[in-house]
Amino acid sequence: MAESARLQVSDEVAISITNMNKWYGTFHVLRDIDLTVYRGERIVICGPSGSGKSTLIRCINALEEHQKGKIVVDGTELSSDLKNIDKIRSEVGMCFQHFNLFPHLTILENCTLAPIWVRKIPQKEAQETAMHFLEKVKIPDQADKYPGQLSGGQQQRVAIARSLCMKPRVMLFDEPTSALDPEMIKEVLDTMIELAEEGMTMLCVTHEMGFARQVANRVIFMDAGQIVEQNEPEEFFNNPQSERTQLFLSQILGH
Amino acid sequence: MSDQNNKPAVAFVREQPIPASPPPTSASGPVRWLQENLFPTWGNALLTVISLYVIYVVLSSSLPWILGGVWNTSSLAECREVLDGRSAACFSVLRERWNQLMFGFKYPPEFYWRPILAFFLMLVAAAPVLFPDLPRKMLVFTGLYPFVAFWLIWGGTILSPLLALAGCVLGYLAYSKWVSRSFAAGFFGGIAVAFVVWWLGGLLIPEGASDNAMLPAVASRDLGGFMLNMMLGVTCVSLSVPLGIALALGRQSDLPIVKGICVIFIEFIRGVPLITLLFVASVMLAYLFPPDATVDLFLRVVIMITMFSAAYIAEVIRGGLAALPKGQKEAADSLGLDYAQAMRLIILPQALKISIPGIVNVAVGLFKDTTLVSVISMFDIVGMIRGPILASTEWNGVYWELFLFAAVLFFVVCYSISQYSQWLERRLETDHR
Ligand SMILES: Nc1ncnc2c1ncn2[C@@H]1O[C@H](COP(=O)(O)OP(=O)(O)O)[C@@H](O)[C@H]1O
Ligand SMILES: [Mg+2]
Repeated sequence: MAESARLQVSDEVAISITNMNKWYGTFHVLRDIDLTVYRGERIVICGPSGSGKSTLIRCINALEEHQKGKIVVDGTELSSDLKNIDKIRSEVGMCFQHFNLFPHLTILENCTLAPIWVRKIPQKEAQETAMHFLEKVKIPDQADKYPGQLSGGQQQRVAIARSLCMKPRVMLFDEPTSALDPEMIKEVLDTMIELAEEGMTMLCVTHEMGFARQVANRVIFMDAGQIVEQNEPEEFFNNPQSERTQLFLSQILGH
Repeated sequence: MSDQNNKPAVAFVREQPIPASPPPTSASGPVRWLQENLFPTWGNALLTVISLYVIYVVLSSSLPWILGGVWNTSSLAECREVLDGRSAACFSVLRERWNQLMFGFKYPPEFYWRPILAFFLMLVAAAPVLFPDLPRKMLVFTGLYPFVAFWLIWGGTILSPLLALAGCVLGYLAYSKWVSRSFAAGFFGGIAVAFVVWWLGGLLIPEGASDNAMLPAVASRDLGGFMLNMMLGVTCVSLSVPLGIALALGRQSDLPIVKGICVIFIEFIRGVPLITLLFVASVMLAYLFPPDATVDLFLRVVIMITMFSAAYIAEVIRGGLAALPKGQKEAADSLGLDYAQAMRLIILPQALKISIPGIVNVAVGLFKDTTLVSVISMFDIVGMIRGPILASTEWNGVYWELFLFAAVLFFVVCYSISQYSQWLERRLETDHR
């Protein structure tokens, strides 16, 4: 991908977070988060463990509730109204660290369940869509197996396909490769890179810095519940401004 | 070779791959089996011999008693005559009182075909629920079955089961209309609608509607025998599983009132012996309902047993729910499934599968506990034996044969339930862990 094309995104706003705060009981996990994601942007979020990365992206599809501030996804504001929450969730796909496939359903059923029940798509059509995306993540031949019969890398690719079957406008990834054996990381990253090249809006919590360099237009560094630094990947890695970022980068790149 | 000292070489490269070979065959044969399983050591051999002796003693005294049993006499005295001092069973009572043991002593004999038909229809209705591979269309019959069975067994005007059906259908429609707003709204709205329909419809059914009905009415107090145990068992199990699910989910609810009600209900019911609940049903519940509402004793007992086992099932299912990883609900949420869908499609299938052994345990216990109704003067099979049969002059004193028969009946049913549940667990095995 040419550098200029990579950084070029539309000026349509996909997600806008303003002055968002969240507490777990009295513990202030997210502090004054301001973040605007434009359509087609690929954002990588990194930071030390416990800094609130997962919490941030889980707030975006209301898996966690925020207590202050505003989150607007695709023009719909996240409030306690269940209708809005369900609408946003069906527009936003999410992949988890531990895949969270449904073990009692086959791979194909995992992929067709939400389209059939949420989008009310006929079963036949949902199966065709599912096979299309399973082919895309290169495991169409596993469609009739159960998740427990697949390797970790395959399961994570199924999880990506399952989200894609809902035709989401935004994809969230929470450390999608950190539960995988090293030889499986690449197959998942390749799938994600392909997705990025097709112009999917992505927010990705990951420590795969190679991936960040290759596809991200922005890298965000979080610490102690705050956004400490954000920049284009080249600048971010070559010329980090804040001390905490430098320390973090030296720890994960330093060996 | 230059390397003359005895240091083991570190570097190693395999040149020939090791081909796969079959596992070693272990020695077999009956003698070998005996040696390995029954007489492996002196201690075990001794245990084997003692066990064989105990089995011999038990069988040698009970088998002649059973096999030499008398089947064709009309009273215990005649049995004694025929046996002429020999010790053997007097099974004639089972033959002579078969109908009473099965249907109680008041159910009109000319209508025995009705509960029998209801029993066989029950097998058809239960099949698609028990065996997931059968066509799903059969569930329509399962849904209609309770009303058909009610009509067959109790008879009377067909308007009553139709009204009950109408209440359920309208309640379900209300549920599916309101559930999109919130699950609680749909759930309680549906129940409320059903009750309103039943109440209004009850006013509409004319007074003497049952007098000339196609199937003459049979009163609840005329039901009895093993039929009553089966009816209570089947009704209460099939009602208490959904109620138990609702209670278990309610206990996890975010709504404090719902949660509170469920917790208090479960803890209270579990803390009380079933027999006291049954006495409440037989005596006191009449005071709680309005004076002119004659709530049927059968219905009152069903309510009590159902509540009792639902509380236990709720706790079993809560264990199943707690065993699921949190990520399952999150994944369902993140795909946009609403609460009812997430529960029905993702959470409950997995939680129920884990809970099968516990639920079966409760169901088997419930089925056997239906004999407790004999204490509140209902004539189930135990009530029949203790009451009319043993009290009769012909059969006074035939304890062993009668209670053995009751025990065998219960054992057959409970053992089938247990075998079925083990089959189901294997059938649902998809983890491949
Ligand atoms: N459900 C919860 N209740 C209370 N504290 C939590 C909960 N989830 C996470 N936390 C805390 O919030 C902080 C941020 O967590 P998280 O967003 O998972 O961090 P990260 O993903 O960056 O490692 C951590 O200190 C964690 O202990
Ligand atoms: Mg995390």
